[in-house]
Amino acid sequence: MTAIEIAGLVCAMPITVVDRVQLGHGSGGRMSATLLSERFLSHLSNDALAQLGDGSVVSVAGAEIVISTDTFVVSPLEFPGGDIGSLAVHGTLNDVAMMGARPVCLTAGFVLEEGLPIDVLDRIVRSMSEAARRAGVPVVAGDTKVVERGKADGLYVNTTAIGAADPDFRPGPTRARAGDLIITSAALGRHGMAIMAAREGLAFESTITSDSACLVELVEGLKAARVDVHVLRDPTRGGAASALNEIASASRVGIEIDEHALPVPDDVRAACEMLGLDPLYVANEGVLLAFVPPAEAARALEILQSYELGADAVCIGRVVDAHPGLVALRTSLGGTRIVDLLPGDQLPRIC
Amino acid sequence: MKYLTEYRDASIALPLIERIRKTATRPWTLMEVCGGQTHTIVRQGLDELLDGAVEMIHGPGCPVCVTPLEQIDKALQLAARPGVIFTSFGDMLRVPGSDCDLQQVRARGGQVRIVYSPLDALALAQRNPESEVVFFAVGFETTAPANAMAVWRARELGVTNFSVLVSHVTVPPAIRAIMQSPGNRVQGFLAAGHVCAVMGWSEYEPLAEQYKIPIVVTGFEPLDILEGILMAVQQLEDGRNEVENQYVRSVRREGTPPARARIEDVFELADRKWRGIGEIPMSGLRLREEFAAFDAERKFGLGGITVNEPAECRAGDVLTGRLKPPLCAAFGTRCTPEHPLGALMVSSEGACAAYYHIAKHRGAAPAGVMA
Repeated sequence: MTAIEIAGLVCAMPITVVDRVQLGHGSGGRMSATLLSERFLSHLSNDALAQLGDGSVVSVAGAEIVISTDTFVVSPLEFPGGDIGSLAVHGTLNDVAMMGARPVCLTAGFVLEEGLPIDVLDRIVRSMSEAARRAGVPVVAGDTKVVERGKADGLYVNTTAIGAADPDFRPGPTRARAGDLIITSAALGRHGMAIMAAREGLAFESTITSDSACLVELVEGLKAARVDVHVLRDPTRGGAASALNEIASASRVGIEIDEHALPVPDDVRAACEMLGLDPLYVANEGVLLAFVPPAEAARALEILQSYELGADAVCIGRVVDAHPGLVALRTSLGGTRIVDLLPGDQLPRIC
Repeated sequence: MKYLTEYRDASIALPLIERIRKTATRPWTLMEVCGGQTHTIVRQGLDELLDGAVEMIHGPGCPVCVTPLEQIDKALQLAARPGVIFTSFGDMLRVPGSDCDLQQVRARGGQVRIVYSPLDALALAQRNPESEVVFFAVGFETTAPANAMAVWRARELGVTNFSVLVSHVTVPPAIRAIMQSPGNRVQGFLAAGHVCAVMGWSEYEPLAEQYKIPIVVTGFEPLDILEGILMAVQQLEDGRNEVENQYVRSVRREGTPPARARIEDVFELADRKWRGIGEIPMSGLRLREEFAAFDAERKFGLGGITVNEPAECRAGDVLTGRLKPPLCAAFGTRCTPEHPLGALMVSSEGACAAYYHIAKHRGAAPAGVMA
């Protein structure tokens, strides 16, 4: 056999220049960021939008309010641990809460697909109403459109929330400082894996339930105790990894997280291992990440842990001066790896 | 968690690392063949922990990386056809062909679906009798039995709207190619545990003998890999060149005979192209003549498509350990994670990306890079 020259082994490289919208543009990773900056901010940018927070602070007749909007396209519409109705309430209220504001009202816009069973719609709107009632935030405006069969996946919902800003409690993605400790209020990865298991019909030993929940009470608790919270973020699509990367970039700081400290439920970890996914990139809908100065960390943890939603709150890492813009993970064995933004969706690995 | 945490225990791993360091009287260069092992090594930072004692070269054992451009282009053409549902494992969706990838074909209206098993693709064919369902049968010997099974079942069930686009490759010819490549630096191999769980290890014995190299059949968890490395280093220090089995909980010398038999039933050895390398004789599998009806290339007349590989990226030199990423002319300038020339710069586990990030990490940003 003749010798083989391997000089030209070209590995596969993803194509990043595209002429059409792809699913990866909705992943919360690098493709989403590019779409946002090149196709939206290039046309729409202004001071409020340029903050790139979960929402914006705007001044209305002398009062500062926070406004945030989100659109929900989850399939299946109902999943273990929640449904699109309660999710649409929690998601948008959480975004307002992450700005340090107390939500006061919501709007809801529905796109319904011809043929959607009325009883499904009933259940979803009832669930939405219960979620809003529990949060004490009324739905004050709404809209409904119906499209032909095949033009929507059952139903889509957009919700917008308005909240009252608090001038003394203003966490923001640019405020992380070296020394800050990073706290997660709950275990990671449940929502994304619950949806994936339900969507793909994957059967595991137990049913993974979504963590979809309203985080307002946790934030109000931190606020009432006047904890000096530098950054608050709910790590939804793209997971904790993408949220931490955004904060590291926005604050121009380095972030270090400890693998052994990361809370991931056994069932989520097992499902991720099986599919070759990393729970750090899996979506959460009932988790907040809080950056607090070291002197405040014990108090913040105690407050979070006093709520059922925050019972498992734990410190997962810290902000450092080194490697600004990068998130590094200390592995359980003492090695380091960089936790980067993914280009697009996390795809199950073959090997 | 059962069967996971036991193999990631730092209180065992750290002493193992110490033993490797003490055993190695000089730096040794090993290659792990399989992409799954590379994943663990980089995710756990094992390469960093072994720095100075053992250099790990990441081998060509990632099906995503070695599937040739030609087969990708065939997949893209099939997926774009009306009436075809093209099914694939998830990570093949982002592998680029000559001008686009499967995700883009999907955005343009092609029916492309991710499946977790070829048998799911077969079931999809049964549920959609009016469509042609094609499964992209890629991978090494690990995925071959299930792919063979899907074809076998399709024939048994008389399903005529199911076919497979085969791009199977096998490990031993790759090891041979690496050992024969000029300037090779690899002194020992960690063989892929899952491949050997199917095939056993008898076919590695002549390789160890011919090239005088230790080959250790190794699992995928951190402790597996560290133990495999220790066994290989011990052999090198002793001047031995044997095939040893670290992955005793899963692998026997004869492999899994029923799985091998099913591969034999459905596939035969064939010449195969590897991405960037070109054709290696008898390095892959193709469907046997009696299963020609399930061969997507014949069914859809794709035989005429031939594509040459581009050769601007030097990933091959990096993979064979002949080039350190920072010494590549494009590194950090024309080739960055945002605008990669090769897959090694793309995935955060790729060797080039790892170097790039470490450089940033240490404050020594490569030229042309925003730290």
